[in-house]
Amino acid sequence: MPIEVLMPALSPTMTEGTIASWHKNEGDPVAIGDVIAEIETDKATMEVEAVEEGTLGRILVPEGTENVAVNTPIALLLEEGEESAALDGAAAAPVASAPPPSAVETQAPTPTVPAAPASGTADDDAAAQAEAAHFADTRTLTVREALRDAMAEEMRRDDSVFVMGEEVAEYQGAYKVTQGLLDEFGARRVIDTPITEHGFAGLGVGASFAGLRPIVEFMTFNFAMQAMDQIINSAAKTLYMAGGQLGAPIVFRGPNGAAARVAAQHSQDYAPWYMSVPGLKVVSPWSAADAKGLLKAAIRDPNPVIFLENEILYGQSFDVPTDEEFVLPIGKAKVERTGGDVTIVAYSIMVGKALEAAETLAEEGIDAEVINLRSLRPLDTATIVRSVQKTNRLVVAEECWPTCGVGAEIAARMMEVAFDHLDSPVHRVSAVDVPLPYAANLEKLALPQPDRIVTAAKAACYRD
Amino acid sequence: MATTTKRRSSRSRSTRSTVGKDDLIHYYKEMLAIRRFEEKAGQLYGMGLIGGFCHLYIGQEAVVVGMQAAAEPRDTVITGYRDHGHMLACGMDPRGVMAELTGRRGGYSKGKGGSMHMFSREKNFYGGHGIVGAQVSLGTGLGFAHKYRGDGGVAMAYMGDGAVNQGQVYESFNMAALWHLPVVFVIENNKYGMGTSVERASANPDLHQRGASYGIPGRKVDGMDILAVKQAGQEALAHARDGHGPMILEMVTYRYRGHSMSDPAKYRSKEEVSDMREHHDPIENVKKLLLDAGHATEDELKSIDKSIRGVVNDAAEFAQQSQEPDPAELYTDVLIEA
Repeated sequence: MPIEVLMPALSPTMTEGTIASWHKNEGDPVAIGDVIAEIETDKATMEVEAVEEGTLGRILVPEGTENVAVNTPIALLLEEGEESAALDGAAAAPVASAPPPSAVETQAPTPTVPAAPASGTADDDAAAQAEAAHFADTRTLTVREALRDAMAEEMRRDDSVFVMGEEVAEYQGAYKVTQGLLDEFGARRVIDTPITEHGFAGLGVGASFAGLRPIVEFMTFNFAMQAMDQIINSAAKTLYMAGGQLGAPIVFRGPNGAAARVAAQHSQDYAPWYMSVPGLKVVSPWSAADAKGLLKAAIRDPNPVIFLENEILYGQSFDVPTDEEFVLPIGKAKVERTGGDVTIVAYSIMVGKALEAAETLAEEGIDAEVINLRSLRPLDTATIVRSVQKTNRLVVAEECWPTCGVGAEIAARMMEVAFDHLDSPVHRVSAVDVPLPYAANLEKLALPQPDRIVTAAKAACYRD
Repeated sequence: MATTTKRRSSRSRSTRSTVGKDDLIHYYKEMLAIRRFEEKAGQLYGMGLIGGFCHLYIGQEAVVVGMQAAAEPRDTVITGYRDHGHMLACGMDPRGVMAELTGRRGGYSKGKGGSMHMFSREKNFYGGHGIVGAQVSLGTGLGFAHKYRGDGGVAMAYMGDGAVNQGQVYESFNMAALWHLPVVFVIENNKYGMGTSVERASANPDLHQRGASYGIPGRKVDGMDILAVKQAGQEALAHARDGHGPMILEMVTYRYRGHSMSDPAKYRSKEEVSDMREHHDPIENVKKLLLDAGHATEDELKSIDKSIRGVVNDAAEFAQQSQEPDPAELYTDVLIEA
């Protein structure tokens, strides 16, 4: 049987084209790679190369023909030893056209956010009890010390864990979070990098492909914007693109959000940016116990984890369980204060401000429940819904900007899954929608403060 | 010494005459397998069976086959998006590669990665990356892991002449040199970054000198001559493996086809392309060596070609028969369940 040469597609969108010219005549020998014709579309002209060898037996579509559909036979090629008589009857038989259209089959299970259970589960109660049990034996640590201890314990446990970043080793950390690690683990595992975020983020991801477990410290997350491509395109997407064969077990950590008087370029909460990316986990601790239990979980996690710390919290002290196996689950929120009138959801430094607001509200007879999200992706929708079922009112306190922020996401989810339980609109307390100013008074005005949470909670309760 | 650019010829007669028949036959087969695979991929693309971007490696075969001939199994490979040749040269199954191109469940990434995103941990191939230059930092990380573990392996990080102007490439050169990482940076200079010639994109078109300010030695190599590639590869790999840090190899090569399937390649003359094909083809070069030395006859080479075409046709058949991914696959492999 002669081989049919089909009208090729030049691009994913081409459906037809013109045979501009034939470069071979009937009877000419054809070798693989020979240009046999030139075809054109409105966008381009391209040469058609032979992919089989033989003799050009018959030209089916003469040059100058326009609107030739892709996959139409345009010529017949005789294989070695084949007679031209074989051409008769071979032509015109329509070839199997086009691949199976994929659009037909794309009815996939409906996705979107995980549905929230109607009420508390035994699992959640058990998890809360397990966490409480760890607090039987505690000691007081700053957030800074808790983070350091988490890294040190995991580095003792697993030789493939190492920490790299600017000033993490000899300087003992720009914010002293890695203090003492160089002394204990040496320069092989505690690595000072040049100021080269894009490069060392990519290097870290590559090392994690090879099975190491890097902890990459950004001096602050403001500088991680330089590394965004490696975090998103390489770390977050590779597992999926590899069909599950190869992933990036890496932690990117460092202070996030506003510090104090460092102005716009050094003061931004990036939570929503990372939270929107499938393939990442995003964690944002508040207390020292959160910091320790969640960082250990992040280091042990086989996925890329964005670990958003807060510089102002570094020096604050909390009780932390002494048990080295105190590891908190990623994706679970914690109810820090129970109450029945209004739910305040917060993360990172806003948890402290929410608790402060709750005390003020209590004085005014409003009993607020405060949820510390701990993880932003996966987001523990179920815990928020359970609380809203009880209080019917929700305030989200966030340090990010309001547009497309954490609160915007939570408000959308509550509308989807807890609409009937809300007695008032979801209120957001966010950073003001401006770059953060330097002047002390303006900075204070721009950042969400407890009094604004109080005002929002009262509004949610329809109280003055 | 470290910063000087070596320009020695690796085409010495002694090297050529010591290459044995078996090696030459092996190179011929490996390069021809890539070419026939790519021709078939181009054909399937033309039939609408392969979608999106598809960057063919035709013309550049000597680079990756020569480097693999110099490498050890423990060495790792990473490249950009013109990656089909690298995967085949690493020993990946042509069926799995072709089925990924057609987006089917039998593909290396279950149809979810496509032409530019395939991986094989088993064959030490770490992708297949679609962002120009990103693979250079990632490859430096592979080198970091070799050194961290002390496993004696070297990472080969490939990039095109277009990638050498990306900032992160230099961030990576700096760290690789600073920490003496075992990495060989292979610049595949095919003279055009998409439609822009090296001369129009690079202030200094001598790309092998790009590591000079980091003390990384660089060498310009005839990337159409597999024996030159192999020899340069052996030297660079030994340099990196022995703890002397990275090396840069600029492989001067040529792609016969457009940048991607939808590129008509009007930015270069027909004469330029046909001169490369007729006078510098890497496969024809080896074929001539084999015939001249009496290592093989035309008929024997023809039968090699036939058997390779059988393998490629089988891969193409598999890639068309394999089913599209199950719709449930949409939601898998986003995260590993901890």
